[in-house]
Amino acid sequence: MTDRYQTFTRTPLGQTLVKNLGLPDPTPLQRWVQGSPVIDGPVIFGAIAETDAGKAIQALLRDIGASFSTATEGVASIGIRPKALVFDATGATSTAELTSLQRFFSPVIRQLAPAGRVIVVGRTPELAASTEEHVAQRALEGFTRSLGKEVKRGATVNLVYVAPDAHEQLDSTLRFFLSPKSAYVDGQVARIGTGPLVSNDPSRPLAGRTALVTGAARGIGAAIADTLARDGATIIGVDVPQNADPLRKVISRLGGTELLLDVTAVDAPQRIAAHAQEQHGGLDIVVHNAGITRDKRLANMRTDTWDAVLDVNLRAPERITKYLVESGALKDGGSIIGVSSMAGIAGNNGQTNYATSKAGVIGLIQALAPKLADRQIRINAVAPGFIETEMTAKIPFTIREVGRRINSLQQGGLPIDVAETIAWFADPASAGVTGNVVRVCGQSMLGA
Amino acid sequence: MTETRKVAVVAGNRIPFARQDKTYRHASNSDMLTAALNGLVDRTGLGGQEVGEVVAGAVLKHARDWNMVREVVLGSKLAPTTPAYDIQQACGTGLEAAILVGNKIALGQIDAGIAGGVDTASDAPVAVNDHLRNVLLDLNRAKTYPDRLKVLARVRPKDVVPEIPRNAEPRTGKSMGDHAALTALEWGITREAQDELAYRSHMNLAKSYDRGFQNDLITPYLGLEKDQNLRPDTTLEKLAKLRTAYGKGETATMTAGNSTPLTDGASTVLLSTDEWAAEHSLRPLAYLTHSQTAAVDYVKGAEGLLMAPAYAVPRMLARAGLTLQDFDYYEIHEAFASQVLATLKAWEDPIFCKERLGLDAPPGEIDRDKLNVNGSSLAAGHPFAATGGRIVAALAKQLDENGGGRGLISICAAGGQGVVAILEK
Repeated sequence: MTDRYQTFTRTPLGQTLVKNLGLPDPTPLQRWVQGSPVIDGPVIFGAIAETDAGKAIQALLRDIGASFSTATEGVASIGIRPKALVFDATGATSTAELTSLQRFFSPVIRQLAPAGRVIVVGRTPELAASTEEHVAQRALEGFTRSLGKEVKRGATVNLVYVAPDAHEQLDSTLRFFLSPKSAYVDGQVARIGTGPLVSNDPSRPLAGRTALVTGAARGIGAAIADTLARDGATIIGVDVPQNADPLRKVISRLGGTELLLDVTAVDAPQRIAAHAQEQHGGLDIVVHNAGITRDKRLANMRTDTWDAVLDVNLRAPERITKYLVESGALKDGGSIIGVSSMAGIAGNNGQTNYATSKAGVIGLIQALAPKLADRQIRINAVAPGFIETEMTAKIPFTIREVGRRINSLQQGGLPIDVAETIAWFADPASAGVTGNVVRVCGQSMLGA
Repeated sequence: MTETRKVAVVAGNRIPFARQDKTYRHASNSDMLTAALNGLVDRTGLGGQEVGEVVAGAVLKHARDWNMVREVVLGSKLAPTTPAYDIQQACGTGLEAAILVGNKIALGQIDAGIAGGVDTASDAPVAVNDHLRNVLLDLNRAKTYPDRLKVLARVRPKDVVPEIPRNAEPRTGKSMGDHAALTALEWGITREAQDELAYRSHMNLAKSYDRGFQNDLITPYLGLEKDQNLRPDTTLEKLAKLRTAYGKGETATMTAGNSTPLTDGASTVLLSTDEWAAEHSLRPLAYLTHSQTAAVDYVKGAEGLLMAPAYAVPRMLARAGLTLQDFDYYEIHEAFASQVLATLKAWEDPIFCKERLGLDAPPGEIDRDKLNVNGSSLAAGHPFAATGGRIVAALAKQLDENGGGRGLISICAAGGQGVVAILEK
């Protein structure tokens, strides 16, 4: 699916019109390609105080070979265009220290390179030591969400809350938010807790792991399978028999095994578990991607239309998760990833069934995250916004155009953007990442 | 209630099955059923006599044939005082007819009865479309000439397009083959296994003709003496070369060779008590002892369209106190080779049996050498309602020839249904 408007804005005539008429100017986003560095430009690091988190951030920046400086003064005058601005705000123990946000960012924000990254690291407010600290930390969210709407040219702004003593868990999350892998993740908040330290090869973080992807035959599911396989995982692709042919193509490209079944079938959980145990000795990663839409206003909604959507999108992930966890087919230290939706957060006209199912997915994540912690099983969800797929290509032109533009990046995302976010959740090094619902929506105005 | 009586299968007769639009292209359902019935009457010496009831049906039936079986009886060699009625349970019609006759015999309501079935895929009922039908009905209701003209003015050019019966499930719009192709994929049924089953069906049917087994089961009709679909000279290589007919791309496995073709034909079976048989100098071939039907919800995709027999058989076995291995013969109707293989695989699958059938242990494997020993629908063809009668008669004769034993019959039907039964001697 090509965005013709975006292509037009890249032409000389298009640029002239866009500038003079104040039309949306969507910058083509940079996507990560295998072998490229985490970040391909200078990074400026700032902090309120010297903290463990700050040290961990600087260690990571050294690790990934980023050229970084800690001073903002004079940056504009010597003509440096930073690719990323990383600010450690974990030292903000009261609102007085919030001033440093303005002091750090104002002089340099205009210099941020195209497709630049702004990351603010804070302390999880609920775990703050004092009321004053809680208030100051919670305030950060308003700052990042607003700055996300101000920065241009494909830049993103995200907030990472880290729990006390969890600074060693920052690596995989910072790598994700710094790199082009997070191209369409904007204005989001990620929460990092404590967990076991896992050191793996960041170029193949999923090596030796087995990942189940439902709905893997096409669209976002195929992109997820591709991405997890790229990161070293062995794929079990699940889809309905109707999609046998495209699924076969995906699996023959990636290796792994295929499993043809309807996730709503009464014995689907047992079948998945048996397949995983027999063919792969168990599972490390489960991605509940299979989903359907059957849009109707509630007044016109038929029972079977309602049921079909809830069965596939919510009840199937619920039942399959329960069985895989209880049967032990999902190994300790595993990762479960749900696919929610912007509609599940903001609601959508004609989608009571779909939004109910997708909000339920968020409930599943929040309910299970603490319960699965003792087995170090993590559970998170992505909530895609407008993603360019066969499904969104069928939306009528005007609605599609509006859907694409009403976000900070003024364009639709790609399946790979959802897949990269899932790969971050799947990474064993993200051991501290659980209970998160991260939107992949370019900071959509809906439900923000 | 008094004790039930034993139900004997005494004789069977059918006409050879013809491929669609070939030898029987101008034969109607009534013509074919009459031919099969008269053959049975001739063979059993029942000419001019009355039997308790004749029960039969057709899946594709003309509206004018609303009382088809009684009309057939009136045009047959049976006494005109023989009652009759029509039934329809898709491909299960023939076996269901035998069960219904058997039940009345068991209850003492009749002493003997004839079950049958017939179908034509050639002489299919073509109807006017719904719009024209409504116009014509309104025309009939109109009382005055101006009113009639007004109604007639509603006729549109598109009304010349007739409604032709489709070989598709009304609720999914998919053909039975497309449904079976999904089940084949779900159960991982390979092309090779399907071709192998089709090959054995042709070989077994050919052998049964060669050894004269079919001689007293078939009456030639319109010059046809053997099933027209039978290819005694087919090979696995030839079957492997056929293009796929259902499913898409490299995952498609179902061909015209391992799916049953559309066919025309009719079959009948005579059932009675031991006493009635003896009085008419006839001999029981086997006894119809158990039967069961089941249906699955295939509409929402929760189960395959043709998987109902996988549910029906274990329920019947539980009632009969038998295991799947307690049989000398298995007659599993070959709607598609993949349907037979998926059913067998399901009975071996512990997850399917536990989660879908609620069984602690799967019924298990069967001895494939006991399966469809005289060929089945892939070779003989499958005129929908006529298949049940073909199987009941052939299995009864096989049990008799064997000097006793037990046989299982399993037939899948449109609408996600299954009809199964046990014959014993």
